[in-house]
Amino acid sequence: MSGRSLQGPQSLQGPQSLQGPQSLQGPRALARLTALSSVLALAAFLAGCAPQEAQPVFHAERNPATLAEWRLLQIRAGVLGPTDGVIPYELNTPLFSDYAHKLRTVWLPAGTRAGYGADGALQLPVGSILSKTFYYPRRDAGNGAGASQGALRATAEAIGVLAGGRLVLDQVQLIETRLLVQRAQGWQAVSYVWDDSQRTARLQRVGEIIPLELAGIGKFDYVVPDINQCAACHATDVKRATLAPIGLNFRHLDREHDYGGEVGQKNQLAHLEQLGLLDVAARAESASSGGSRAALWGDESASLEARARAYLDINCGHCHNRQGPADTSGLALDAAETAPIALGVCKSPVAAGRGTGNKKFDLVPGRPDESIMVYRLAAHDPGEMMPELGRSLVHREGLELIRRWIAEWPGAPGCAQEASNSARQSASSARLSRSQG
Amino acid sequence: MRLAVAALALLGWLAGCGQRSSVGQAAAELGRFQRELQEKLLDAKPGEIIEIPAGRHVLDRSLSLRVSGVTIRGAGMNATVLSFKAQRVGAEGLLVNASDFTLENLAIEDTGGDAVKINEGERITLRGLRIEWTGGPSTRNGAYGLYPVRTRNVLIEDCLVIGASDAGIYVGQSEDIVVRRNQARQNVAGIEIENSRRADVYENDVTLNTGGILVFNMPNLPQRGEGTRVFRNRIYANNTANFGARGTPVASVPAGSGVVINSNDSVEIFDNELRDNATAHIIISSYFSTGYMTNEGVAKDFDPYPEAIHVHGNRFSGGGDSPDGLDLKTLKLAMFGLGGRFPAVLWDGYRDPKRLQGGKLPPDLALCVRDAGPVLNADGPGKYRNPSLTSEGFDCTLAALRAVELER
Repeated sequence: MSGRSLQGPQSLQGPQSLQGPQSLQGPRALARLTALSSVLALAAFLAGCAPQEAQPVFHAERNPATLAEWRLLQIRAGVLGPTDGVIPYELNTPLFSDYAHKLRTVWLPAGTRAGYGADGALQLPVGSILSKTFYYPRRDAGNGAGASQGALRATAEAIGVLAGGRLVLDQVQLIETRLLVQRAQGWQAVSYVWDDSQRTARLQRVGEIIPLELAGIGKFDYVVPDINQCAACHATDVKRATLAPIGLNFRHLDREHDYGGEVGQKNQLAHLEQLGLLDVAARAESASSGGSRAALWGDESASLEARARAYLDINCGHCHNRQGPADTSGLALDAAETAPIALGVCKSPVAAGRGTGNKKFDLVPGRPDESIMVYRLAAHDPGEMMPELGRSLVHREGLELIRRWIAEWPGAPGCAQEASNSARQSASSARLSRSQG
Repeated sequence: MRLAVAALALLGWLAGCGQRSSVGQAAAELGRFQRELQEKLLDAKPGEIIEIPAGRHVLDRSLSLRVSGVTIRGAGMNATVLSFKAQRVGAEGLLVNASDFTLENLAIEDTGGDAVKINEGERITLRGLRIEWTGGPSTRNGAYGLYPVRTRNVLIEDCLVIGASDAGIYVGQSEDIVVRRNQARQNVAGIEIENSRRADVYENDVTLNTGGILVFNMPNLPQRGEGTRVFRNRIYANNTANFGARGTPVASVPAGSGVVINSNDSVEIFDNELRDNATAHIIISSYFSTGYMTNEGVAKDFDPYPEAIHVHGNRFSGGGDSPDGLDLKTLKLAMFGLGGRFPAVLWDGYRDPKRLQGGKLPPDLALCVRDAGPVLNADGPGKYRNPSLTSEGFDCTLAALRAVELER
């Protein structure tokens, strides 16, 4: 897999500095590239940097080769931001993705609006496009040292972010932009990977492993999913096997966002409603049907229970729900689940393999270190870790939250004694199973 | 503009196919194979056959298929090898969420997790595959070799599965299953049928595993299993020390087990050759004996008792002489002496008290064991204090289970 040098951003003012692919070999390729470069530069100028008429384009059949052709995002004066009519949004608690920050946008075709599904999920019309741009704050951003090669930062701080979902490109490193496109045949996923110059994001259907380094954490493999792997999370109903957005749901969206300009700070749902993009009447109905706002996982003022459940919901619930791909496990961690066994309490794993970490139960109240859930969140190995995809690193802060949630479980420990003393118990009598001490 | 778009597309193509100079040529070739195979899987159309040529192909991320009606075919289980030894991404070698799927004539080696997982689908065929963890038995090996789950109409035949740290062939929560003529070696469980309905497991050669063939029911799952026939298999010398991770269902299986029935119903075991399984050739047990029973963690409606078990017409030789674990060793010594051996069939002694009529299970739920000598009742309900050797109550017959019809 190709290495990625994290160079500082180059001038985005003119078309002259577009880079070609880095190791085309042979004079013919080079000559061809030279001949193309002026055309390409012009194209980049037209597609990415044109200051006028930047309206999104819905590609109903095919995914174009570059992100710019969707016209969802534009770069002006070193700032990446949504084009006209493209609305940025954020989630109360987001999925952990190797400490990447995400710029999310939603766009609906003119004259359409969204409604709510039964579970509080926004139902978007054909032609709608969601985007999610993954980026990291640069290590040297904001300290005046100037851009240089080096590690990126794993920080929750909003560095390089302007109001209205705009990113200052010399303070962040763009990695990829994923789209979910609502076509006639349903939602389809696609990813575009940004080049080193942060000028062009190109279609990447088969995924990619990008070596990155985070200050204080070290080097890791950032994984761009292949298009099928998008379904591993977004096909939340394994029988129907159709893709769906995950975050675009009442409980995740019900929060303030800084839109800048005249709008300023405003509730995201209210803003969409005011723009005529979301059905106002349906909202009350959705709220009353159990769609309560999800907690911010890092919000110390919220209850530990609410924070942990919000974290498990967004990180695990897309597979671990009663219709999801992980329904085979009997473990359901979505927000709607209430049964303790389904949440893993004293429950034996079904098909965890060595992902058990030699522990007997998914969740042992009061005993995080004896809980498989904690072990798998702390694991790196692809054969053991959870989630199975979407991270190479351990989310230390999220892991700590789940550890605390289990440690401070109210009431007497249930299976804790069984989990820790099983060796002694089974040795006391002849069983038709081997001792598992 | 059109020219510009075409030029951009070309640039994208060049960029996608060009390899940076730091990447060695061999790695570039391998990377290209992976990319091309992924693209074929992404772009597959129903009815398509994806041929993978002979050769050793190295992959570093899992493959997945979501299109129904696709066949993936190699040039033979020793000719076409997909090696995942360097796998960095993905919990499986190949993950399939599709119907009318056939995978045949190739090898998958050293995946980080499961080798082949098929989650939801109908008419699944796995044929002539070699699934292997090449370093031999290790807890670090992936869990399952061939793993269809929540599938219907499944055929697994003529495969060779070696080294899975859970089950070599594992069919979970599925219906209408045929597993035949496979070889399972050096797995914790050779073949496991779990929470599945209507399975025929026959003419397999099962040896050197911890346990040969398992028919299990686990609690807390939407589907309870019943109706498995295990027949005409050779199940011998399954004495490999248990290398499953603690906490997995198979970790409770003693080394030296031929066939283990746990909590499952309507299981017929006949016409098998069972030889040199050092704990016992056949174990009939309840969930109480797994060590996983808890009040809080097992759904109240779970039935932990094996019922309607029919063992007849098997051929036994050797075995029972060196059971696994202190408990069983002690039991053997106490009952049969240093040079003695367990009988062919062990039973943990649990019966559902709510079902008993005059101290017996009704005839249609009985445990029938014939042609196997007396059964060792370990007296689990009595805290294992009064184990006994008995034939009483086992000399009965149940209606033969119907053969599984896959209609294809």
